Amino acid sequence: MKKNCSENIVEIRDVVFSRDEKPIFDGLNITIPRGKITAVMGPSGTGKTTLLRLITGQLTPDKGHICVEGQDVAAMSRQQLFAMRRNMGMLFQNGALLTDLDVFENVAFPLREHTDLPEKLIRHIVLTKLHAVGLRGTWRMMPSELSGGMARRVALARSMAMDPEIIIYDEPLAGLDPISMGVILRLIKRLNDALGITSIVVSHDVQEIGSIADCSYLMADGKVVASGAPDELRKDGNPIVQQFMAGMAEGPVPFHYPGPDYEEQLLGKVVE
Amino acid sequence: MKQTRAVEMGAGLFVLLGFGALFFLITQTTGMSNEIGNKGYTITARFENVGDLKVRAPVTISGVTIGRVTRIAYDPERMNAVVEMIIAKQYEQLPADSEAAILTAGLIGGQYIGLTPGGSEEWLEQGSQIEFTQSAVVLENLIGKFLSSVGGTN
Amino acid sequence: MKDWLYEIRDAIKAFVRTVGELTLFFFSIAMYTPRTLVKRPGLVVKQVFNSGTMSMTIILTCGLFVGMVLGLQGFDTLQRFGAEEALGTFATLSLVKELGPVLTALLFAGRAGTALASEIGLMRATDQLAAMEMMAVDPVRRIVIPRFLGGVVAMPFLTAIFNMIAIFGAFLVGVTFMGVDQGAFWSQMHANVTVADVSQGVIKSLVFGVVASLLAVYQGYTSVPTAEGVGRATTRTVVTTAITVLILDYLLTATLIG
Repeated sequence: MKKNCSENIVEIRDVVFSRDEKPIFDGLNITIPRGKITAVMGPSGTGKTTLLRLITGQLTPDKGHICVEGQDVAAMSRQQLFAMRRNMGMLFQNGALLTDLDVFENVAFPLREHTDLPEKLIRHIVLTKLHAVGLRGTWRMMPSELSGGMARRVALARSMAMDPEIIIYDEPLAGLDPISMGVILRLIKRLNDALGITSIVVSHDVQEIGSIADCSYLMADGKVVASGAPDELRKDGNPIVQQFMAGMAEGPVPFHYPGPDYEEQLLGKVVE
Repeated sequence: MKQTRAVEMGAGLFVLLGFGALFFLITQTTGMSNEIGNKGYTITARFENVGDLKVRAPVTISGVTIGRVTRIAYDPERMNAVVEMIIAKQYEQLPADSEAAILTAGLIGGQYIGLTPGGSEEWLEQGSQIEFTQSAVVLENLIGKFLSSVGGTN
Repeated sequence: MKDWLYEIRDAIKAFVRTVGELTLFFFSIAMYTPRTLVKRPGLVVKQVFNSGTMSMTIILTCGLFVGMVLGLQGFDTLQRFGAEEALGTFATLSLVKELGPVLTALLFAGRAGTALASEIGLMRATDQLAAMEMMAVDPVRRIVIPRFLGGVVAMPFLTAIFNMIAIFGAFLVGVTFMGVDQGAFWSQMHANVTVADVSQGVIKSLVFGVVASLLAVYQGYTSVPTAEGVGRATTRTVVTTAITVLILDYLLTATLIG
């Protein structure tokens, strides 16, 4: 079923999805506006990475639609899917650089696979992208020689190689030191504005992502519980939102995992 | 790029060595079937009993292998066996009246055809048939002969 | 009582499903092989190097010693029948028809097969395969097929090299050490070994090559993306290859001989 959405480059409507009989999404609705940075946040385990896989078509929803540029992802043929993905860049959580290629070859990879561009042009593009992320000097190094932050920047350069219209970031700030974090944040913002692309950032670094996101969604229990500009979220009255935004230990998301009564277990009264 | 060159060299060397090994195995360990190939001439011989003779069995003269058995068939009209054999081209001066016998190598070895030269001035050529043949010795007949000769002495 | 019956039934079902998956996997590989050979021969060459050239050490060493043991054992046994001169025949026939293909396949599984499985498995565990899919590159075409072809090409050559050095090893022990007549060694061999024997061995090595490579890349590609998963994929490669090769060996031998 084709749906026309021009303001929104990605539309997720009433998506229901479960894996291994565990329900993950139950009526999810998210719209990603074109040309802006949209943040998708939520407590651990709410299925943020699963959502990304649904958008890219690696998984299909049980119910509902996911439209990218007006086309239902689940209804796409393999060719169309690949064409869509060529227009999407994805930054994986740990960079996911190909370990048997050096930095230059990694960034050149999509170009070599999808285009017949002459070597000189490829070189030009690769070096430009690397320069944009500040790592042109590492072009001959192997991924194993790079730090986490640097690897992620190279992966960013790679995801930009084909000049996609959408870039998806899966936890781009996870495990980085403050400097690297700042660098990546700046890059995300600059790329988005300078190139007019749409950025979807999945993260739970509330403060950091909040500083660059135009619009945020907060997910919990398989649904969107709050959406809007980061400031609006902070003022939202929903207790889940409050707990998440303020980083409180106790709230709708409990601290203690359900288990037998503490006193009884300590005293040995519970069957082990 | 240097790395790729070394890799290609290594792979190439390996493949060459592999081919070399295959070549060695085929030519150096086997021997017989390559000596004659198709360069030879075919002659036939008829036997009452071919015994245990197999295709590809050697054809010898004075103990030297000069050919191979290529085909063994039964002729229902003349009620005997026809053996086709190919003789190496260089041995073109075999007397036309030579005798072909089916002999056994060793005591329990495989059977082969042994040629004994005759005295004719004409040579065997493509399609010739050997007139004088000696069939394979069948063990039972041999024992029977032995027993009857022993009995005769008594 | 009934529990283990259910377990057997489940195991059989799982086995059948795996065989089915393997077959489909093989067909998807076979479908794209010609195009890969034409478009990206460099990838295949690199894998021939990885699976073939890099296995040379183990093949040459083991080949030499297997040959030497054959020479020794063969001499010892044949001597009891006064048939030492047949050592050449004995060693060559054993190697070319059986030991060469089978042992090379097992050694291949241990060295090259595990390397393939763990490499692909690690790529899956570190999201490299997913990243490739995201970049609209089919990981089967880019990663799996070259490795599969590298193994298939390497195996027959490895077997031939194994046989060659093993025969030399038998010669070394039999002629140089144990005193078998050099002429007899080769002439008896020539008299009794046929091209058919050699080609039987080559056919076997080709089949084993396909099997070993397929199992290795399959285990790697379908491994669970954890450290434990990759480890298990590696061991499973060796185990399944060994079992399959030996079963196939019997079937092939029966077919080729009978």
